[in-house]
Amino acid sequence: MRPLTDDETKTMFEKLSKYIGENIKLLVDRPDGTYCFRLHNDRVYYISEKILKLATNISREKLVSVGTCFGKFTKTQKFRLHITALDYLAPYAKFKVWVKPGAEQSFLYGNHVLKSGLGRITENTAQYQGVVVYSMADVPLGFGVAAKSTQECRRVDPMSIVVFHQADIGEYIRSEDTLT
Amino acid sequence: MGRKLDPTNKVKRGPGRKARKQKGAETELAKFLADEETGPKRLSSRARKRAAKRSQASNQHKEEAETEQTKKGFTDENSEWLKPAKRKRPVDESEGEDDSDTEWEEEEDLEEEEGAEMEQGDGDEDEDDDDDDDEMVDDYGAMEDSSEGEEDDGEAGSDGEELLPIERAARKQKKLQEAMEQDSEEEEDEEEEEEESGDEHADEDDTVQANIDEVDRFKLPGAEEREKEGLLPIDLKSIYQRIKDNVDVLSNFASKREEGKERAEYLSLLKKDLCTYYSYNTFLIEKLLDIFPVSELIDFLEANEIQRPVTIRTNTLKTRRRDLAQALINRGVNLDPLGKWSKVGLVIFDSSVPIGATPEYLAGHYMLQGASSLLPVMALSPQEGESVLDMSSAPGGKTTYMAQLMRNTGVIVANDASADRLKSVVGNIHRLGVTNTVICNYDGRQFPKVMGGFDRVLLDAPCSGTGVISKDPAVKTSKDEADIQRSAHLQKELILSAIDSLNAESATGGYLVYCTCSIMVEENEWVVDYALKKRNVKLVPTGLDFGKEGFTRFKERRFHPSLRLTRRFYPHSHNMDGFFVAKLKKFSNTVPTTPAGQTAEEDKVPAETETPAPSKESPTKPESKMAAGMYLEHYLDSIENLPFELQRNFQLMRDLDQRTEDLKGQIDSLAREYTANARTLSSEQKLSLLRQIQQSYSKCKEFGDDKVQLAMQTYEMVDKHIRRLDTDLARFEADLKEKQIESTDYDSTSSKGKKSESRGPKEKKVARTRSKVKNSDDDGSPKNGQKKVKLIHTGEFNAPSVNFGNVHPSDVLDMPVDPNEPTYCLCHQVSYGEMIGCDNTDCSIEWFHFACVGLTTKPRGKWYCPRCSQERKKK
Repeated sequence: MRPLTDDETKTMFEKLSKYIGENIKLLVDRPDGTYCFRLHNDRVYYISEKILKLATNISREKLVSVGTCFGKFTKTQKFRLHITALDYLAPYAKFKVWVKPGAEQSFLYGNHVLKSGLGRITENTAQYQGVVVYSMADVPLGFGVAAKSTQECRRVDPMSIVVFHQADIGEYIRSEDTLT
Repeated sequence: MGRKLDPTNKVKRGPGRKARKQKGAETELAKFLADEETGPKRLSSRARKRAAKRSQASNQHKEEAETEQTKKGFTDENSEWLKPAKRKRPVDESEGEDDSDTEWEEEEDLEEEEGAEMEQGDGDEDEDDDDDDDEMVDDYGAMEDSSEGEEDDGEAGSDGEELLPIERAARKQKKLQEAMEQDSEEEEDEEEEEEESGDEHADEDDTVQANIDEVDRFKLPGAEEREKEGLLPIDLKSIYQRIKDNVDVLSNFASKREEGKERAEYLSLLKKDLCTYYSYNTFLIEKLLDIFPVSELIDFLEANEIQRPVTIRTNTLKTRRRDLAQALINRGVNLDPLGKWSKVGLVIFDSSVPIGATPEYLAGHYMLQGASSLLPVMALSPQEGESVLDMSSAPGGKTTYMAQLMRNTGVIVANDASADRLKSVVGNIHRLGVTNTVICNYDGRQFPKVMGGFDRVLLDAPCSGTGVISKDPAVKTSKDEADIQRSAHLQKELILSAIDSLNAESATGGYLVYCTCSIMVEENEWVVDYALKKRNVKLVPTGLDFGKEGFTRFKERRFHPSLRLTRRFYPHSHNMDGFFVAKLKKFSNTVPTTPAGQTAEEDKVPAETETPAPSKESPTKPESKMAAGMYLEHYLDSIENLPFELQRNFQLMRDLDQRTEDLKGQIDSLAREYTANARTLSSEQKLSLLRQIQQSYSKCKEFGDDKVQLAMQTYEMVDKHIRRLDTDLARFEADLKEKQIESTDYDSTSSKGKKSESRGPKEKKVARTRSKVKNSDDDGSPKNGQKKVKLIHTGEFNAPSVNFGNVHPSDVLDMPVDPNEPTYCLCHQVSYGEMIGCDNTDCSIEWFHFACVGLTTKPRGKWYCPRCSQERKKK
């Protein structure tokens, strides 16, 4: 376990800012204690300093996970957000998409969101903007990238994709093994 | 509750399931207001509704209702079992309605059914809806109460409310049983029992009835009959019947037994039948027979055939139970709060969607978790800001429950030995939004070395899984003695390392909760008892107000009295998985040092006491007189052959003796010859003669060795019987004591304690006379040895208050010692624990127990015993 290098921090924050924008600073400066990012097995964990201290007792190969996993660095040093980060993305998300109850299931199986399943969308969402997907009951279901801007969404036919799927909570079942 | 899942039970019309559910509460209420029953009828709002409907109904219906009402007139216990039985046949068979549920009995229900019958279609559904609404309002009102303030349960005003439905049923049944016993109508009882335990055998009620009519006594099948049975295909129905009859006889042995048949015969047949009918292996059935009385055992086995209800736990980090319940109901899930003891649990009756894949589940609003696994966490009750260790956390249900109780503060270290299973922990923790955990993959036994100083530790030890047979029926046949021993050993190691990881000085904590999903005493009470001896811990109340008390004595084992504070949960009495929960508080961080010898003997004891599990041991204690007779009988049986065997051995020895004498004569003559002709003979001849003599001597020696061997064998034979007598005595004494306790008040524990103390020294000796027989030293002549046995025994009986120095009684207790092992020390006892040698080479005693000379560690330099040092001073 080690702190992130500058490069890594940069890549990760760039990725995060696609979804939560300047709210990143709320993650770093928290009123309830110091929190930090740590790299372990290519995965980035977001932990409070207090827990971090305790976790140092555990040897590297025996440590499985600590705090919340945000995502992982690929072999090509890109950062990929995991669904486990949703708890921190959802409250701070700048752009949101709500899906209709009928389309929930489809999204949770890993499909893109179609116009027909689109319930609501934040105004002024730009194309390729990172968005957090909610159910109509305001339960965060995952996140993705807007395929069309809000304006375009109004016009397109019902079967066209409006949000590209990136991660959804169905992964807790579908790919439990690869979460960490 | 489990029955609700049974597809054969489906109610096709009439009030819906939920309406029926509510009946439970109503009948409960009716029970408390039983006195008013004869008075003018009180009308609830629903009853009024129904009354309105009734007025529309035909006269015939009215009459029927009235007859029902008259039936209700029974005010005593009998009313409950009389009525359903009456009702069952006409109603059931004609309408194909739902069955024998005793809870839903009162006339209102019947009327309602009739009403629904009559109106059909629309009206029917209306009624249904109404009921549903009522139900929800009532229910969540209740839930609100419980979440707002648990203290004011006075409003509910009934202890019935606090019980689980299954417990209520159990209690009712128990009452019934008592009532039945007075009437000595066991058969009826049986029937009732069956009604409770499973509907699948409902059709067999008639056969039972027939059995009563015939007044046919249950006869034990003879050996040839049984053999025949082995050849024929197995008739499960008849076996089931036989089990029931057998249980009946066993629970009323004095009056119902067949002349000349022994309890052991009945028991062995019962065991065999249970093994076939429920497909267990003999080992497990025997173990279970030790734990449960026979009739309860049947309930237990029956409960293991039924799945426990699916329960979920609300994740209060993300949602509230009420919101979750609403969301799930909207998805077509039929659910109810789990019980008054849990604010977060919900029971799922049925569901149109997979409960483990709803969006709510994926969003982490709840966790699929057995009711029983909520208990250890509730017992642990972790506080905010503490550091907690979960030693075997997979799949994370308990870990996440702890996190939600701690509101994501403090630290939880979730450990598990299996890396594969940890993946589910990671998934669940992230899904439920728990952020305060460190997940690691150590063997729990290494733990205090990794980190210690935790405020609380939860040890959900790996176990044989005998409590969750309904989940994993493979346990029925796959377990044997070795498995139990193995897991018990692992559990002992784990519990010690769990205790060592605790910080006794913690301001808020220092608690360990030990739990298993096994019901074996070896894996539960025994392990806790072991921990109590080994570490500075004490048992504290678990804070769970239901469940059965742990055993303080089990067969020949006696545990610390505080084990009463532990809790056992059974599938048949609590409708949750079999479970054991113990809460320990560590009161000092120092690890008590134990003498080196003790650890070895501790490990030996289980094996020693386990192996001789005689089949005659019956869980339902027979009359003491009869027991005495039984023990005596068995003992006489076993001793019958002893004289002959002894005679044979002695004969052999005499033969050998004779041969040796002959040989000696030969040797003498040879020697004489040799000495006479020594001068004349050539050296070669001399050599051959000498060799001859030598050979004869070696033969003599062989004979002698054989003799010694024989003597030892004889000795062991006698010793075996003596030991058997001792164990029988001990067991009989325990039986007697139990009888005494049963007859006197149960809570006269002080006298009980004294009694066991007074029994202490004797038991010690009894135990000591066992074992180490194997490595008995053959310094003394074996024949002497035999006499010595008797001598020692008589000596002991003359002076029963031998002082063992200040050794803890439990240390020597059960320590088997050979009677002719040499004795040492000032106290003239055999060696045990650490010994010290006197450095005076002429010392008459040489070896001393540490305790007797007031030592705890080995002193430096020379050490002289008290006597020698006095003598030296004089010099």
